[in-house]
Amino acid sequence: MTSHENTLARTASEHDRSTSNTRFKPLLGRALSVTGYSVSSIVLLVYVLVVTYPLFWTVINSLKSTQEIYTSSWSLPSEWMFSNYVDAWNGGVSSYFLNSFIVSASSVGLTVYISALCAYGLIRYKGPAGNALLLFLIGGLLVSPEVSLVPLYELMQVTRFHDSYLALIVPYVAYRLPITILLVRAYFLTIPSELDEAAYIDGYSSWKIFHKIYLPLSKTILITAGVLTAYYTWNEFLFAIIFIDSDSLKTIPSGLMAFRDALQTNWGVLLAGLVISAIPLIVAFIFLQKSFIRGMISGSVKG
Amino acid sequence: MMTRSNRYSPLIFVVPAAALTVVFVYYPLILNFVYSFYEFSAISPGKVYVGWENFKELIQDEAVRISLINNLKYAAISVFFQVICSFIIAAILEDRFFRKIAPLLRVLYFVPVLLSVTIVAFVFQFFYDPITGLFNQILAGIGLEHLRQPWLGSSDTAIYAVIAISQWQSMGYTALLFIVSIQTISKDLYEASSLDGASKIQQFIHVTLPQSKEILLVVFIVTVAQSFTVFGEPYILTGGGPGYSSSVLATYLYESAFNQDRMGYASAIAVVVFAMTMTVLAVQLRMSKTGRQSR
Repeated sequence: MTSHENTLARTASEHDRSTSNTRFKPLLGRALSVTGYSVSSIVLLVYVLVVTYPLFWTVINSLKSTQEIYTSSWSLPSEWMFSNYVDAWNGGVSSYFLNSFIVSASSVGLTVYISALCAYGLIRYKGPAGNALLLFLIGGLLVSPEVSLVPLYELMQVTRFHDSYLALIVPYVAYRLPITILLVRAYFLTIPSELDEAAYIDGYSSWKIFHKIYLPLSKTILITAGVLTAYYTWNEFLFAIIFIDSDSLKTIPSGLMAFRDALQTNWGVLLAGLVISAIPLIVAFIFLQKSFIRGMISGSVKG
Repeated sequence: MMTRSNRYSPLIFVVPAAALTVVFVYYPLILNFVYSFYEFSAISPGKVYVGWENFKELIQDEAVRISLINNLKYAAISVFFQVICSFIIAAILEDRFFRKIAPLLRVLYFVPVLLSVTIVAFVFQFFYDPITGLFNQILAGIGLEHLRQPWLGSSDTAIYAVIAISQWQSMGYTALLFIVSIQTISKDLYEASSLDGASKIQQFIHVTLPQSKEILLVVFIVTVAQSFTVFGEPYILTGGGPGYSSSVLATYLYESAFNQDRMGYASAIAVVVFAMTMTVLAVQLRMSKTGRQSR
């Protein structure tokens, strides 16, 4: 508020001084803005090309034979090899896809549910002890997984999670809890407490209040939290290559590495595999754009 | 006052989250500090206490020095592209002049953010190819044959080639954060300044920039912090090579732990990563505090 006013005052006073100048140069001003818009348009256009060309190239070359990728990788395919997609899918991508789906879906479900439970407990546990507990739980935001890699690796061996879905799901949930708790708690605080007082008088247990009142009322934020978690787990790379050894359990980011090594130089099929792997999140983004953006914004508060 | 007979203690709801956080976040973090004073291998059970030996070696280690410098290069270049350039692009995109096309561009710019690092790295590996790759073909096409490089294979260019793909992938993300923040700036501020005859550039400097101080700080900190933990891009594209020329702390940590099987030494490198990220966060805390006081 105050900063708005300050800026307003500042800009206003500066322009009192400069208006006399600008009034003499309307033509120059217009010419400048034309140049300005041209330059801006060029910047945006160049950026569009830089972003989309590699995507376009990948899709086009995923429909070529390896031979053609080598000889004419910058032109359209002479023969459209849709079979590359079938080969990629049957050659391993379907299994990575399924693994990613299982791991992501479990991580999302567990992260959101455990965080919501925790957020519910936190808003009822008031006072300094409650604040200390909150700080302790969201303090995990400051810890990046790289830092604990060696002990975590050992922990996976000791718990026998190593080389199973749990080796990914459990750490994913643990590391996504802080941000999700923060997100859900902020939303729970906006739910009027009269609501659960009333429910309590009607004989609801707090367990029931959580499930029948808090969860349904918070659908939007739970979806946002879920989308944010899914985005993280679908593309997570470090744990995925270290905690899983078996090819049959690999998720997409690590699976594609094995896929490339197995294919050797069958590039068309590899590129088709890349395209298939990219589709789910792009589709999800198109349909859930609002949740994605909301999640990304709150996710950036990290640290 | 209500009786609590029918209520679970609120603490019960916190237990699952607290247990997971303690066991899989805090306990490994603390254990890592302990391990940094030991020498051990992943396969054999014995751990030998070596005192400060790992840290003494670390200070002398050329690979650590190169990795740290590469992380700093990563941070500097990422700040330029993901904070400065992204912010300018966001401001342009939010200008009324582009309002028709902005929604489409926002989505396009965001697509790379959605891709797995493996996908991005593989595609750019094709582009960096010394013979058939896009970059060298373009250079040859415009008569600059002498500038052609084995981008990932030369120790002069490898780290920059790696850093470049991170910019390609992440600029859309920070731009989106800036766009959303710029959208919350009151339109009155712009109207007032345009009535005063301020040009677009003056508006950018006197309205957009000061109003975005907080988000700029947040994005700056996140970008720098991520530059100190980056792993996937260098690991896939170069494995830190040639030599250690494109190594960063996280890839060197990985190599020490899982290729050389020196778990204690890897833990010591992790302590360095931790120290770097904590320094960045301390800076943020300081800056956001002084920012609050000045208002």
